[in-house]
Amino acid sequence: MAGYVKSKRLGSTTASKRGTEESVFVKWLLICVALLFAVVFLLLPLANVFVQAFSKGLKVYISALTHEDSRAAIRLTLLVAAISVPLNVVFGLAAAWAIAKFDFRGKSLLNTLIDLPFSVSPVVAGLMYVLLFGLQGHFGRWLDEHNIKIIFAVPGIILATLFVTFPFVARELIPIMQSTGSEQEQAALTLGASGWQTFWRVTLPSVKWALIYGVILCNARAMGEFGAVSVVSGHITGETDTMPLRVEKLYNEYQSAAAFAVASLLAMLALLTLIIKTVLEWKQAREYERAQRNPEPRGPLLPPSLQTTRLERP
Amino acid sequence: MSIELKNVSKNFGNVPAVNRVNFSVREGELVALLGPSGGGKTTVLRMISGLETPTDGDIFIRGERINDLKVQKRNIGFVFQNYALFQNMNVFKNIAFGLKIKKWRPGKIKNRVAELVRLLGLEGLEKRYPHQLSGGQRQRVAIARALAPKPSVLLLDEPFGAVGAKIRQELREWLVRLHHDLNLTTLFVTHDQEEAMEVSNRIVIFSRGYLEQIGTPREVYEQPANEFVARFIGVMNVLELTVEKGVGRAGELVFPTPGYADNEKVRIGFRPFAVQISPDLNHYRYQAIIRQTYFLGVMLRLELQLPSGLLLRSRMTKEEYAALALYDGRKVSLQIRNYRILAKEHEPLGPELTMPEKTSLYIGEGI
Repeated sequence: MAGYVKSKRLGSTTASKRGTEESVFVKWLLICVALLFAVVFLLLPLANVFVQAFSKGLKVYISALTHEDSRAAIRLTLLVAAISVPLNVVFGLAAAWAIAKFDFRGKSLLNTLIDLPFSVSPVVAGLMYVLLFGLQGHFGRWLDEHNIKIIFAVPGIILATLFVTFPFVARELIPIMQSTGSEQEQAALTLGASGWQTFWRVTLPSVKWALIYGVILCNARAMGEFGAVSVVSGHITGETDTMPLRVEKLYNEYQSAAAFAVASLLAMLALLTLIIKTVLEWKQAREYERAQRNPEPRGPLLPPSLQTTRLERP
Repeated sequence: MSIELKNVSKNFGNVPAVNRVNFSVREGELVALLGPSGGGKTTVLRMISGLETPTDGDIFIRGERINDLKVQKRNIGFVFQNYALFQNMNVFKNIAFGLKIKKWRPGKIKNRVAELVRLLGLEGLEKRYPHQLSGGQRQRVAIARALAPKPSVLLLDEPFGAVGAKIRQELREWLVRLHHDLNLTTLFVTHDQEEAMEVSNRIVIFSRGYLEQIGTPREVYEQPANEFVARFIGVMNVLELTVEKGVGRAGELVFPTPGYADNEKVRIGFRPFAVQISPDLNHYRYQAIIRQTYFLGVMLRLELQLPSGLLLRSRMTKEEYAALALYDGRKVSLQIRNYRILAKEHEPLGPELTMPEKTSLYIGEGI
C-alpha cells in the first residue's frame, strides 16, 4: 500500500512532462558532451591561432600581413574565390534546377557526379590537372607551344579550386528545390510571369537561404583549399602562393608568428562570412516578427459584407 | 459560351488520363468538376489553364481557341490545391504579383490590392507572410492573388481540400457569395459530392477520364445517367437480383423486372428515401429489424436487416422517427417504393463498381 502511494506521488512529479521527453540528467549530459566537444576541438584551437598570431606583438603581426608576399597571397586567394564562387553558383543553380524539376536520362549519374569531389582526395584532384595540362600531360605540349600556362600558374589554381568546391552550392540547393516543388513557379506563370521573371522573383528568393549557405561553404573552401592547389601551384612565392600555401611556407621557415598571423586572417575571413549570414538571418526573423505584430483582424472569419464591395467585371 | 471543350483527350505517356471530353460552361456559371481521384478532373482544369496541353481536341475560352496560347496569355486565375503562395512575399506582394508583372502603376496596384483585401476580409494581414496565416486565410490570399489581374475565368483545384471541416463549410457558403457578387465564370475541382451539390450551378462528373454526366445538382441526383453517377451522388442501395419466374429476387425481396428472362442477373438501385418503414409488423410486406441508427443532424439514417441477412439503408427526419416510436433493435415492416434498374450483369462499369461477387447488396458511400 505504502509502495503504491509512493509510486503514485513519484508519478505526479513528472506528470506535467510529455512522454517523449528524456530525464533532466540525460538532457544535461547531452548538452555538456556537445559543448565540451565544441570547445575542445573547435573553439580552443581557433582561439590559439589568434593567441599565437599575436605572441610576438602587434607589430610582428602587422608586418607579417603587410609583407609583399603575404599581400600577393591574399590578392590571389581573393581572386580565386571571386572567380570560382560565382561559377559554382551558376553551375549549382543549373544542376539543382535540372535535378529537382526535370526528369531526364542520366539524372542519377549527374547526381552522383556532383558528389565526386567529396570522395576524391584533393591531392588526386590536383594531380588530375597536372596530368592533363602539365608539360608531360595530354595538352601540355600544345599549351606550351601556344604559350598558355595553366599548371604552376593562376589558371591551374582556379581549376583545382573549382573542382574541390564543385558540390557545395548544388548540394545545398537540391533538397530545398525538391521539397518546394514547382507549384509556386506554376502560380507565377498563371499570373503572367515569363520564365525569366519567375526565376528571379520566385525561384531564386525561395532558395535564398540555401544559396547563401552554399555560397558561404563554397567560399570558405575556395579560400582555404590546400591539397589540390598545392599540387598545381608550383609554390612560386609572390606569384602562385595562396594564403594556405603561404601559411605552410612561413611555418616551414620557422616564422611561426607570421604563419599564425596569415592563418588568423584566413580564420577571420571565415568568421566574417558566418557573421554576415547570422546578421541576414536575424534581419529576416525581425521582418517576420514585425509582420506578425500587426493586429489580428477582428470579427468573423468571413468578410463582413460581400454585397457592399463590388469589383469591376473583367 | 465562356469555356468550351471539344473532344479533348490527354495521355500521360501511354496512360490515357482524359478521354474525348466535351462540355461547355456558360458565362458567369459556377461549375464543379466532380469525380473520384484519378478521374481526370484536375487534368481537365490544368488543360484549361494551360499548365497541361491536350493530346487531342480543342479548348475555347470566349470563343477563342486557346490550345496554342501560353499559360501567361490565357488570362485565367488559378487557385492551387495547396495555394502555392509565394513564401518569400507577404500578403500584399502576393496579391500584387500579377499586377506588377502586367506593369500596372504602383498607385493603381495599391488600390486594387486594397480592394481585394477588403473583399476577402484580409484587412490587417497585408504584411504577414504565408507561414504566419491560418489555412483559411491562405486560401483567401490565393483567391485574391488569382482575382487581382481580372481574369476572365477562375479555376480552383480542390479549393476546400486543405482546411478543417468547420472552415470548409463556411468557405463553401462564402465561395457561393463571392461568385454571386463577381459573377465570374468559375470552375472548381472536388472529389466531395456534397460540396459539389451544395456550391455549384452545374456538376460535371468524371470517372476514369470519361465524362459521365453533366447537369444541375438536382438533375444528376434525380436522373443519374448511369450506375456510376447513381452511386457516386448521394447514397444508394444497390441490389443484384436473379430473375426467377418473371420476377427479380434478392433474398426475400421481389421486384418486377420486365423484359428480363429467367436466370438473368439484374442490378437495381434505390435511394434510402424510397424505403418506407412502419412499426406495425403487418403494415408492409417485408419484416426487418433496425440494426443501427445514425444521427446526421436533422436527418437520421437507419440500417435495416432483413431475416435473410440483407442490409438496407433508410432515411427519415427526427420527427418521423419519434412519431413512429422507433429504436435500435425494434422490429418493423418495410416496403421499397421505387427503384431503378441500373445495368445488366457484366456490363462495363466504373472502377468503384467492381464489387465482390458473393455480396448481393452494396450500400453506397456518401451522405
